[in-house]
Amino acid sequence: MSTLRTALLNTALTIEEQKPWPRITVDVDTWRQATLAVAAGNATLSGLWAEPGAVHMALLDDQDGALTVLTLAAPDGRFPSVGLTHPPAQRLERSIVDLYGLTADGMPDDRRWLDHDRWGVRSPLGSMSQIPANGSPYAFLKAEGPPLHQIAVGPVHAGIIEPGHFRFSANGEIIVRLEERLGYVHKGIEGLLTDTTLEAAAKVVARVSGDSTVAYSLAFARAAEAALGVGVPQRAIWLRALMAELERLANHLGDIGGICNDAAFALMLAHCGILREDVLRTAKTAFGHRLMMDRIIPGGVTDDLHDVLPIKTLTAHIRQRFPRLVELYDNTASLQNRTVSTGHLATGLARRFGAGGPIGRASGRPFDARKTPGYPPYGDLDFKMAVRDAGDVDARIWVRIDEVYESLELIEQIIDRLPPGPISYPLAPALRERRVPQAGGLANEPHDTATEGLALIEGFRGDVLVWLRMDESGRVLRGAVRDPSAFQWPLLEAAIEGNIVADFPICNKSFNCSYSGHDL
Amino acid sequence: MRRMLLEGLFRRPVTEGTPTVNDAEVDALAERLGVSAMARLGRSLSIREVDAGSCNGCELEIHALNNSYYDVERFGLRFVASPRHADVLMVTGPVTANMREGLERTYAATPAPKWVVAVGDCATGCGVFGKSYAVIGAVSDVIPVDLVIPGCPPEPIDMLKGLIDLIEASARS
Repeated sequence: MSTLRTALLNTALTIEEQKPWPRITVDVDTWRQATLAVAAGNATLSGLWAEPGAVHMALLDDQDGALTVLTLAAPDGRFPSVGLTHPPAQRLERSIVDLYGLTADGMPDDRRWLDHDRWGVRSPLGSMSQIPANGSPYAFLKAEGPPLHQIAVGPVHAGIIEPGHFRFSANGEIIVRLEERLGYVHKGIEGLLTDTTLEAAAKVVARVSGDSTVAYSLAFARAAEAALGVGVPQRAIWLRALMAELERLANHLGDIGGICNDAAFALMLAHCGILREDVLRTAKTAFGHRLMMDRIIPGGVTDDLHDVLPIKTLTAHIRQRFPRLVELYDNTASLQNRTVSTGHLATGLARRFGAGGPIGRASGRPFDARKTPGYPPYGDLDFKMAVRDAGDVDARIWVRIDEVYESLELIEQIIDRLPPGPISYPLAPALRERRVPQAGGLANEPHDTATEGLALIEGFRGDVLVWLRMDESGRVLRGAVRDPSAFQWPLLEAAIEGNIVADFPICNKSFNCSYSGHDL
Repeated sequence: MRRMLLEGLFRRPVTEGTPTVNDAEVDALAERLGVSAMARLGRSLSIREVDAGSCNGCELEIHALNNSYYDVERFGLRFVASPRHADVLMVTGPVTANMREGLERTYAATPAPKWVVAVGDCATGCGVFGKSYAVIGAVSDVIPVDLVIPGCPPEPIDMLKGLIDLIEASARS
């Protein structure tokens, strides 16, 4: 990848100011070469987004976690399809086509994805033409043959979960093909991140996926701080990590219980549910909000931790209760009968799709954004990356179990070493300073003041990508987010093939992809 | 497992006490609902949750209602898998254009008498998602709403209070 990066930098038409990684504008040929490079596995596709007249592709180096963003100007509204050679890009590309009205030349799947013909407009972030909002049928992929039948599920599901449609083609009990149709909770987030204040944008990004609100706020803050070149006090950096680990802990506990519950093992859900609630109550005591929503802001955090005792009590309590739940899982053969070998995701696919979080790590893709590219304070903390190779539901449970212990470890280290000091730096003075012309520049010299930032943060579900373009006053001109689910949803379709219909809930829960984060 | 089950029998329960009910609020709610039909349901309500566009934050807290701390079933409140079995729809999220029909059809599939509870700031007023091409509006812009529980997301104890008010209101008819 580093040779690829060098090659790309050498062919760049221009290099834009984007921190901490460069964004380079390339020509069509280089764009095509990059699509072939990701298809060949020389880099991982980490994001694909657009703006009117241009498309951006983020390439991730799995080894060092460095990102390179390629930009292709599309003045005629066309760009060469990435999905043509690299299937993980297909749904992102279909979203770009729906939202911006661009054409991806050679796109193998031209069905509308987020646009269900319900908005009353076509290309809402592009040319925006009026159409009737009548809805349109979706042409599901075919699976044909005499014994096959279809099962349609959703968008409203039986549980307390988000909406989406699943179309199963089954041969008796065996699933031959699952096809997802998503987009039901599309709220127009990229539109809401266009030309808005920093505060308003922060609130929207904190609500991309409510279960990952800390991760999203952290990614947003880091992208904004990188773009504006402002610092954050040490104490805030450590408090941010504390919140992030509390969020991971709560979600993993909920997921471990939830997966076992989908194998009708309700006892585990009951006990994990109590531990999850304990974490949320401690978060409320410590930071004033159970999910710690809007607690991380550009420049620092909003709430200081005045008393570490509740958090110490929490970790001690979980350390006492959790090992017995792990033992229960490990010793219950009837439960493992449902999880072992179920919903297998091959390592090759996990790597090809850049599957993040426990899904990737349970299928042998050792990637954790806290390690690579890494961000403070994790470099100063001691923790292991949980990786397994089996790729089944059982492995995804074990990775989460291992990560519960690692998060406990991290929380204890953070509490012990929490530096004193302020919890935020006000942004206004830093922004004023930016407006002072650089040494040697003339005060009235016109200059392009847009500045860009990018951040990759490890949420409980995987790596969250946030990109921002801002002006000198700190106003958000444009923003894009990419949830780990974007690359995980298609993998669920692969993992479920050949399993029985009755195992779909347990497989689905073991993936626990975000609908809202995907639909945006 | 045996040890855990035994412990569960002898340990003190973690369950919260019943939240206190504000009489004036309940009376007002009873009047608003026209509760005569509700009396037929007794002190029990079946709830169907519908996410009409939420960020999943409200769903997490609705889930928490089922944990041992809040244990809604002890109040006769039960989450059911189908609108056909439901008395109450708990609806979250700003209603997205893509979910509008799903919400309308779920409402139509719920047998009368039925009540709608709009849960969270998005459901009650679109939250931060108001100015979007993809959002129709609050839940009350699409189906009639009987009770709102604000918050981003509302805490489980607030939702529990709202739901108990609903049961109490029915008992006073």
